[in-house]
Formats: sequence, structure tokens, C-alpha cells
Amino acid sequence: MAAPHFIVHDTTDSVGVVVVEGIKKGQTLTGWVMATDDTVKLACLDAIPIGHKIALASMKKGDTVLKYGHDIGKVVKPIKKGGHVHIHNLKTKRW
Amino acid sequence: MARKAKKAKSKKKTAGKAGNSGRKTAARVVSIAGARKARDLAFMGWRRNNGRVGVRNHVLILPLDDLSNAAAEAVANNIKGTLAIPHSYGRLQFGEDLELFFRTLIGTGSNPNVAAVVVIGIEPGWAGRVADGIAKTGKPVKAFAIEQNGDIQTIAAASRQAKEYLQWASELKREECGPRDLWVSVKCGESDTTSGLASNPTVGNFIDKMDVLGATTCFGETSEITGAEMVCATRGKTKAIGNRFLKTFQAYMDEVIEPYKTDDLSESQPTKGNIEGGLTTIEEKAFGNLEKIGKKTKYVDVLDPAETPKKGPGLYFMDTSSAAAECVTLQAAAGFVVHLFPTGQGNIIGNPIEPVIKLSANPRTVRTMPEHVDLDVSGILRREMNLDQAGDKLIDITIRTCNGRLTAAETLGHREFVLTKLYRSA
Repeated sequence: MAAPHFIVHDTTDSVGVVVVEGIKKGQTLTGWVMATDDTVKLACLDAIPIGHKIALASMKKGDTVLKYGHDIGKVVKPIKKGGHVHIHNLKTKRW
Repeated sequence: MARKAKKAKSKKKTAGKAGNSGRKTAARVVSIAGARKARDLAFMGWRRNNGRVGVRNHVLILPLDDLSNAAAEAVANNIKGTLAIPHSYGRLQFGEDLELFFRTLIGTGSNPNVAAVVVIGIEPGWAGRVADGIAKTGKPVKAFAIEQNGDIQTIAAASRQAKEYLQWASELKREECGPRDLWVSVKCGESDTTSGLASNPTVGNFIDKMDVLGATTCFGETSEITGAEMVCATRGKTKAIGNRFLKTFQAYMDEVIEPYKTDDLSESQPTKGNIEGGLTTIEEKAFGNLEKIGKKTKYVDVLDPAETPKKGPGLYFMDTSSAAAECVTLQAAAGFVVHLFPTGQGNIIGNPIEPVIKLSANPRTVRTMPEHVDLDVSGILRREMNLDQAGDKLIDITIRTCNGRLTAAETLGHREFVLTKLYRSA
């Protein structure tokens, strides 16, 4: 199997992580779900830098974002499936 | 401690390791994955008088206080091959903060990577206290004081002693040691999402494999478990041990975060570098961080900063800062002899006495700052290797480091010795 564009830790996760450089808006990406060894496809809405997260589903304000199967914070601005998820739309619940 | 004497099974296997071809190394790695026999993990170490094993043989010039840094550095300059470790503290400290200071200095001198120590202080009282603490290990140590001598006379006397120690240490013989002799600490830095995906779980794979072979290992970073503390508590060997972790975690929250926090710690936790690397929240960072302790291994005790493990082999949690140099300094002071440091964006830390092995899974970091990276595990992200293979590669480079291979940080002269201070001085 070819190198994936993004990786998902767990089946319940709402985000994946881009693991290659130079991802462009509109590109169709291939993802690898580590927990199940599945391959998924996703259209990318933004130019997402390496290491940054991509939304696997659309999310609305107040939704909880899951990664590693765990709660990593809340959505503070609506996110579209395939969009860039980072400090502009996701925030910790701790501080 | 009744350490079981190694079976004198002198299967000559250690010669010619430096000349291993890549092919030979690969064969050895497979044998670790297959059989995982302790003898595949033999390395040549220095066994000290107290039974502990070092993988380096430093003669340390240890300043008691900030004022003695100049003399310590002058001695290290005179006697080539000794190592001065200047620092910023040692004056007017009191209470628990002073106890931690002494524990850190005595622990650093007592570390088995150190053969002998020259302590230099402004006055003889506290310098002697540090020397007496180190002497309990049975290693040679002598204290010098500057008051009533001046820098120049102190430097002359201390240099003569350092020269004697260095020549003595240079003739100490190494002997074959195994995983039960190995104390390994772990801590990550400048983490990004590739740390949680690949380099941290590679360390976790190492811990799971070495734990069953009787290694002693340690993780810390109290603040960077925030958000994953309940999951971390379940990794205690018993419920009581997990609860002790939670108590330590809560004390940190109550004493450090609550009194000083403004409205938001974002940009400190996670750091700007973490955010650049794609980490958004402290919870996300914490779950990635926890990947370092593997999938099965349970911690057997909760340690105070710089406290030496006393419950035998196993994984320990230590209450530490999450700043890289502070954390590694505390772990080295507790007696750990090799450090595994996964990084995403490229933290470049080293330690004067504990070799720091750096691994990264971020292909950009590996490409742009290769001189800092000992092990490239970015192949995991391309599905070219799995975690089991990456863990074996990490075991292999750890054993090579124990056998004398210099780490990237050692060749670049990274010797960050940073003391943890609990509160303002008197």
C-alpha cells in the first residue's frame, strides 16, 4: 500500500493527521486508520500543513473532538468535513 | 541489594561490534524481535562500587553554587577530559527547595555514568555535605572551598585532584552487562502530531519489551499529562499507586497552575512549537505523550523529583517539570544512565552526564536538522515500517549508545544541566 496522506489513530476519532508536506486545497487524500488497518478517501478543503489535523466529518460549535478515541477539546467555530482543524476552530476544555 | 551475579556464560559476542555492517545489525534486530533474549542485549558497562552500571565514565567538576562556576570551569579547562557542569543556584535556598537542590547535586554526582567527582563551593559546609552524599556510593569524591583560599589556589588544588581522578578513571575496566543493569529515562519535546503517531509509540514499544527483561525505566512530565490524568492513573500497578499519581497531579494543579494562571495557558501548554507542529490542545498533547509508556507496562511507584527508585526493576513515574532540560536533569540525578527523547519539531536537548538519544518521525525535521537525530522513524508514517520494527531499532541504537556510540547531542556539545527551583530564595 502506498504511503498515506493522513493517518487516523482510532475508529471513533473525528480527526486525522496529515503526514506529508505540500497538501493542496481540493486534493483527494488517502488515509490510513491505524486501529483497523483500513484505507479511507477524503476530499481536502484547505491547504493543510504536515502534522495538522483534517476533519473526518462536519462538526458544529460545542461538539467534542475525539482523537486516540479520547476527548481532546471542543469545537468553537463550525468545521466542514475535509477542513483544517486547529486553534482557529478547536479549543481545550481545561483552560 | 542482592543482585544476581551474571551467569558467567562467556559467550564471546561483544568483540567487533563497532564494525557491524548494516546487514549484520539487521540480523541482530530480528533476533531481538524473535527471541528477545537478554543475552542479545548485552553491553559493556562500568560497574560501580554500589553495584549500579554506568555507560559513560565522566570525572565531574561539580560547582556547589553559582559563585563557584568560574573555578569549576577553570579546572575542567586545565584537566582535559573532565567535565564541569555550571548552574545558577545553590545560595539562600531553604526548606523543600533546598532538599531538592541537594538531592539533585548529590544524585548527579552519584550517577553511575560518573566515575569520580571534584566538588567546589564558596564555603566548606555545603560543599562537604554534597561530597559526603556522593561518597555513600563508594566513588572517589573531594570537596574544595574558595573562602580563605581564593579562586587561584582553589583551582590549583582542585586541578591536581582532578588529574589524579581522571587518570585513575581512564584505567577502569568495562564488563559485560545486561538489561537488568540498564536504567532508561524517557521524555519528549517540541512534540507535534507525528510524536503521538509514531516516535512516542516507538518509545512505548521499547518500554514494553524492556520491562519484561527487567530494565528500570522512568517517565515524568506532570503538567503534560493534563487531560489524560485519569487514563494515566489506570496504568499504576495497583489502584493505590494510581491514586498516588493522581495526588501528585492534583498537588501540581493546586500549587502551580491555580495560583499563577491567567485566563489561558494555550501557547505555554501546548507550546508555540507544538502548535506550529499541529497540536491544538493540552489534551491532545497529553494522550500523545502517554504513548511513551507503551500499551501494557504499569508503573510500580511514584517518585519525588530526583528521587532514586527503590522498588527494583520496572517503570516509575517521577513528578517533574515538562521542560526538557529540567526533566532530564532530575531523571539523571535519580540514577538513569540513558535517555530516550522523541521529538517532532526538533528539540535539540542534551545532558552532561546522561546520553540523550533523539528520535523523530517528522520527515521535515529529519530532513532539515539531521545532525540532531539519532534515529529516523518517519518510515512508520509511510507504512514502510511498523512500531514493532521501530522499537527494535530503538533497542539496537540504545545498546550501541551503551557500548560507547556518541549521541548526536553529545557530538554537538549539548550539556543542558538545569536545576528545578520550587520557590524564591530566602
